[in-house]
Amino acid sequence: MDKCIACGACTEKCPKKVTDHFNAGLAKRKAIYVDYPQAVPLKYAIDPETCIYIVKNGRCGVCQKVCPTDAIDFDQTDKTINIKVGSVIMAPGFSTFDPSGLDNYQYSQYPNVVTSMEMERILSATGPFNGHLIRPSDDKEPKKVAWLQCIGSRDINKCDNSYCSSVCCMYAIKEAVIAKEHSGGKLDTAIFYMDMRTYGKEFEGYYERAKNEQKVRFIRSRIHTIEEDRETNNLILKYVDDQGKILTEIFDMVVLSVGMQTPKDVVDLADRLDIKLNDNKFVETDSFNPVSTSRPGIFVCGSFQEPKDIPMAVMEASAAACDAQTILSGARNSLTKEKTFPKERDVSDQEPRIGVFVCNCGTNIGGIVDVPSVAEMAKTLPDVVYVEENLFTCSQDTQEKLIEVIEKNNLNRIVVAACTPRTHEALFQETLKEAGLNKYLFEMANIRNQCSWVHSKEKDEATKKAKILVQMAISRARRIKPLKQPTISIDSNALVIGGGIAGMTAALGLADQGFHTSIVEKSNQLGGAALKLDSTWLGEDIGQNLKKMIRKVNNNSLIDVYTDSIIKNASGFIGNFETTITKSEAESEKEINIKHGAIIVTVGATEYQPSEYLHGQDEMIFTHLAFDMALKTNDKKIASANSAVFIQCVGSRETDRPYCSKVCCTHSIKSAIKLRNLDPEKDVYIIYRDIRTYGQRESLYKEARDKGVIFIRYDVENKPKVEKSGENLKVTIKDHVLNRNLEIDTDIIVLASAIIPGDNQDLAKMFKLSLTQDNFFNEAHAKLRPVEFATEGIFMAGMAHYPKPIEESIAQAKAAASRAAVALSKDSLTVEGIVSFIDTSMCRGCGECEKACPFNAIILEETDETGESKIAYVQAALCKGCGACSVACPTGAASIHNYDDEIVLTMIESALEV
Amino acid sequence: MTEQNNLEFNSGFSPKIVTIACNWCSYSAADLAGVSRFQYPPNMKIIKVMCSGRVNPNFILKAFQKGADGVLISG
Repeated sequence: MDKCIACGACTEKCPKKVTDHFNAGLAKRKAIYVDYPQAVPLKYAIDPETCIYIVKNGRCGVCQKVCPTDAIDFDQTDKTINIKVGSVIMAPGFSTFDPSGLDNYQYSQYPNVVTSMEMERILSATGPFNGHLIRPSDDKEPKKVAWLQCIGSRDINKCDNSYCSSVCCMYAIKEAVIAKEHSGGKLDTAIFYMDMRTYGKEFEGYYERAKNEQKVRFIRSRIHTIEEDRETNNLILKYVDDQGKILTEIFDMVVLSVGMQTPKDVVDLADRLDIKLNDNKFVETDSFNPVSTSRPGIFVCGSFQEPKDIPMAVMEASAAACDAQTILSGARNSLTKEKTFPKERDVSDQEPRIGVFVCNCGTNIGGIVDVPSVAEMAKTLPDVVYVEENLFTCSQDTQEKLIEVIEKNNLNRIVVAACTPRTHEALFQETLKEAGLNKYLFEMANIRNQCSWVHSKEKDEATKKAKILVQMAISRARRIKPLKQPTISIDSNALVIGGGIAGMTAALGLADQGFHTSIVEKSNQLGGAALKLDSTWLGEDIGQNLKKMIRKVNNNSLIDVYTDSIIKNASGFIGNFETTITKSEAESEKEINIKHGAIIVTVGATEYQPSEYLHGQDEMIFTHLAFDMALKTNDKKIASANSAVFIQCVGSRETDRPYCSKVCCTHSIKSAIKLRNLDPEKDVYIIYRDIRTYGQRESLYKEARDKGVIFIRYDVENKPKVEKSGENLKVTIKDHVLNRNLEIDTDIIVLASAIIPGDNQDLAKMFKLSLTQDNFFNEAHAKLRPVEFATEGIFMAGMAHYPKPIEESIAQAKAAASRAAVALSKDSLTVEGIVSFIDTSMCRGCGECEKACPFNAIILEETDETGESKIAYVQAALCKGCGACSVACPTGAASIHNYDDEIVLTMIESALEV
Repeated sequence: MTEQNNLEFNSGFSPKIVTIACNWCSYSAADLAGVSRFQYPPNMKIIKVMCSGRVNPNFILKAFQKGADGVLISG
C-alpha cells in the first residue's frame, strides 16, 4: 500500500466492469478501484470477488503490468492481527432500510422509484451523473418529484422498525432544495410526511425557507400505494388532504426516504462481544451514561446507539473518546516515540541557492509534459543552482538522495515540481528537516493534478504551462525565508462556566483524566435546570442521579467549585487563559484569579415564561418545569385533576422565536402517560403541531396513543384559545378533520413553553464568542466541530448550544472534555510558521486588522499610559495565516510570513510572463 | 457556449486567466479535478493563498496590468 501513488493507471486499464456500490448501484466501476476520489487513504484496492486474476487463476494481471511503482501484489492474503487495548469504541454505523420487500411501493419493479440514498448519489457532483438530475427509466430530467417519508421507520405493519430514524425529514428537505437548484428552479417537489421533525439547531429555519422561499410543497399524508403508468413510467399517487378530499397526482419520480437500521453482521458482532442490544437492535445505554455499553470498557457512538445525524454522531464520538481516555489516562504517552532532527542550518544571511526537482510521476507527468525541457528551462532561471529529474521524487531512495544533494550543493531553497502540496508537502518538508534546512524553505509546483492530468490531450500546451508553474514556484522560492515555529506552554488546568449537568459532566470528564478543573456557578448550588426535572424519557429518576453527580463533583479533589460566582473578566489564549471571578459572600464580594489552559462554556438555558394562554392568572396552568416540580412534590392539584390538556409549541416555532425547543413533545407525552398511569380515568389531551418524538422516543408516542391519550393537531394560524369557565378551564381548538371548533373542559393545562437562552451576550463579548440569531452559542462548524468555538481552547456543551435532553447534554459535555483534553494533555503547543505579523513602525493602531481577524488572534495593546496610542499585536498561537488583516490594514503594517504582497505579486507577474 | 464566445473561440482568442485560490477549498478542488481527470483549457494558472480573504485588490489590478484577460478569485 505504501507504494501506491494513486495515479489510477490500474483502474484505467482494468478490463472488468462491476456494479459501483458506493454510487448505490447506479454506475459501474472497475474491479480495481477507489470508492470515491476523496477516500482516505487514497489507495486503490482490488475487489477479490470480481477481479479476473483472482477469480480465474491468474488470467489477467494487467494492473500489475501497468502499475508504475510495482504496488500490486496478488500474493497478499487475509491476516489475523492481535492488538492489546485498554478500551474499545464501537462505531460500525448503519445500513439503510431495503424497501424491495414492500409490495405497495414496487421499488424493484418501477424504475423511477428510487431510495433517498440513490437520490443522494444522483444529486452528487461526484456521483454517476455529475450532479445532473435525471430519472432512471429514460435519463430525462424529471419535472415533478415526490418524497415519501418514514419508509422503514415508524412502521410496525410493513416492517419491524417502530422507531423514528431522526434524519429523514431533514435530508428529504435538503434533497428537494438541491434538486430544485440543480434543475434551475423549474422542478416541482412535494414531500409527503406524517410529522415534520426538524428539531435540531437551525433546522426549523431551513424547513421554513424550503417551504416559503424555495416553494417545496409539504403534504401531510402517508401514501398507501404507488401505481405506475406503464407507457410513460410516471408514477401515480393518491392521497387525502387535510379536508378529507381524495386527490391524485402524477410524478415523474418518487424518492423513498428510507430509514436507518443496524446491519445483520453488526448485530452478530455485538453478540460476539457480549454487548446488550435493545428490541430495536441498537445498543442499550442509559441517559446518564449515553456512550457506555453493557460491557465495561466498550463504548459506542453514532447510529449503532440510535439513529442520529452527523453533529450528534460526532459529539458522541468525542464522548466515547472521553470515556475511553479516562480508563487509559494513566498510560498516556507511554508508547510514543519522538523523532529527532539534526540542528537547523542558519541560512538567513545567504543568497538563495535553489535546487529544483522535476518529477515524472511514472508516466503521470512524464507521459504528457516534456519533463526534460521543463528541467532545462529551470536551469536558466536566477538563483537556480541545481536541477534534477526524477522518476518518482517522493520515493524513499530519492528522499535519501535529496538529503545528500542538499548538503553537497549547499542548497538553501528547494522546489519540487510534481503532484500537489496537499498530499506531499509534509513529506518533503520532513526531508528538508533531516537535511538541516528550515521546513519553510520549500515550494511545490503542481504540474500533475493541475497540469498533466487536466490537459492530457494538449501535450505541448501542458508543457508550456508546466514551465510557467515552475517559473512561478521559483519566483516565490527566491523570496521565502526560514520561519520560526514558536512553542507555547500549556497550563493543564481547565475552567468550566456553569454548574449544571453539562458543566459537572465536563468537569468530571477532565478531572477523571487528571486535569484540575474549576467550576464557576452563578447560583448558590450545583445542578442547573435539572434540579427542577422529574424523570428522563426512559424513566430514570433525575433527582437521584443528579444528587449522585453532585456528590461525585464535591468529593473530587481535582475539582474546585465556586458557587454564587460570575466571570468578571478574562484574557489570554489557548493554553494560557487568565480569568477573574467575582464571588458573592455573606456581605461582601471576593475576587479570585484563575489561570487555565481551556474553557468549557456550559451556561445552560432557561424556560420561557409565557404571557399567552392565561399563564400566571390561574394556578391550574403550569409550564413544563412547574408541572415537573408539582409531580416531584406530589402536589394534590395533579392527583385530584380529572382532566389535563397539554399545549405544545408555546413560544417555539413562531415568528419571534422560530426554532423548535426539541424536548417538549417527548416531555409532554411522558407526562401525559404518567397522568394516565396515575388514574386511567383521567382525560388527557395533547394539542400539537407536529409530534417530534425522534429516535426511539417514538415508542413513548405509541404508548401514549395505546393508553388513550388524545392527540389533536393545530396550525400556527389557528392557535387554541384558553378561557376560564366557572371553576374550570376551557380550551377551544379547531379540528381539521371535522373542520369545526372543539371545546374541552379541563382541570389543568400544561404549557410546553420554549427553552430560551440565558443572557449570553456578556460572556460572548468577554471571550469573543459568536452567537446565533437566537442567542445560543455558535459552534465552529455545525457538523465537524460541534463542541468547539472558532477561538481555539474554548468549548461548549449543553443547552448553551441549543435545547436538548439530558442524555445529549451529557454526551456533548463528555465530548467537550475530550476535545479540551487534547490541548491540555500536551506540555506545549507548536505554532505554524506561516502567520501574520505587524511591522510596528508602520502600525498606527486603527484596529482594522483586529476587526478583520476571524480567529481573534489580533489584539490592540496600549503603548502609553493615556491609552490613546495603540499598536496591533498578533498572538501567533491563534493565527491561521489567512491574511485578512493584511488586506484590511490601510498602512501595510500587517503582513504574512512567506505570503506577503511582494511574493504574491511576483507570482502573478511570473504567471503572465511568456 | 453562447454564440459570442463561440466566435471568439473559433477566432483563436485564448484569454490569459490568473486564478487566486484558497488553500483549503478551491486549491483542493482543483486537485480533485485532476484526480477526476476533468479536462479544461491550459490557459489558467493557479496561485495558492492561505485564504481568499488574503486577496488584496492590488493583486487583481496587477494581473490586468501585466496582461491578464481574466482574474478568478475562488475561495
